[in-house]
Amino acid sequence: MTILFLVLSGMTILGGVGVVASRNIVHAALFLLISLMATAGIYVILFTEFLALVQVLIYGGAVVIVLLFAIMMTRSADYPRISDNRLWPIAAICSLVLVVVLGMAFWQTTDTVVGPQHADFGVIGNSLFTKWAIPFEIASLVLLVALIGAIVIARSDGEDKN
Amino acid sequence: MMPLVYFQILSAILFGLGAYGVLVRRSAVLILMSVELMLNAANINLIAVAAHREGLGHFTNFDGHIIAIFIITIAAAEVGLAMAIILRIFRNRGTVDVSQMNVMKW
Repeated sequence: MTILFLVLSGMTILGGVGVVASRNIVHAALFLLISLMATAGIYVILFTEFLALVQVLIYGGAVVIVLLFAIMMTRSADYPRISDNRLWPIAAICSLVLVVVLGMAFWQTTDTVVGPQHADFGVIGNSLFTKWAIPFEIASLVLLVALIGAIVIARSDGEDKN
Repeated sequence: MMPLVYFQILSAILFGLGAYGVLVRRSAVLILMSVELMLNAANINLIAVAAHREGLGHFTNFDGHIIAIFIITIAAAEVGLAMAIILRIFRNRGTVDVSQMNVMKW
């Protein structure tokens, strides 16, 4: 279990480093895919198969594909020319401080914990459709609004406006 | 049994990487990817805590999973919308370099 966790978290962090450090933008998208799929493995370690399935379906199947489409449709010669910010050492220090503060906060939390509990589909579905029913419906509305908004924004408005 | 703090440290490192990417990158698509990393780190933290804790008062220990599902939903909507905005900006200005989007700067 520990070995599996170390391998998966190594893949996750490696993918993250690839996203923020890769020069080629398509490689960055593929590194993001590695990171997200290793995260699905971490959900499996935590006995949360439903979230692992959702992660693979939505992130692997939709989000990364949409990102690759965005890269493809804005394919200009200047992607390699868009350099990183020159103030990157300051950004590195800031995010390092953030990681240290978060890590110390997590490390000092000494509440009693139980082992990883299995969350099966039935319990999650029951909770989602009873206690969280209204947020669930609002989430569907958000998706609809995002869909229509994306179409309206991305529509080309030079030719036939009928 | 894995201690909870390992998962939390992993999520902190991933969040820091995402924050660094948002601060440093100049291409809008790469900033979007870094935001995805940060959302993913939040998801790892939520699910790890939800799997390791008993419920507390009104909250059962499955609420973390539900919130993670909502975060994934919002992330999917956000990516679609952000891609539309990026396409629009590219069509209008011919670049996705965020440092050149300074129309409102005075």
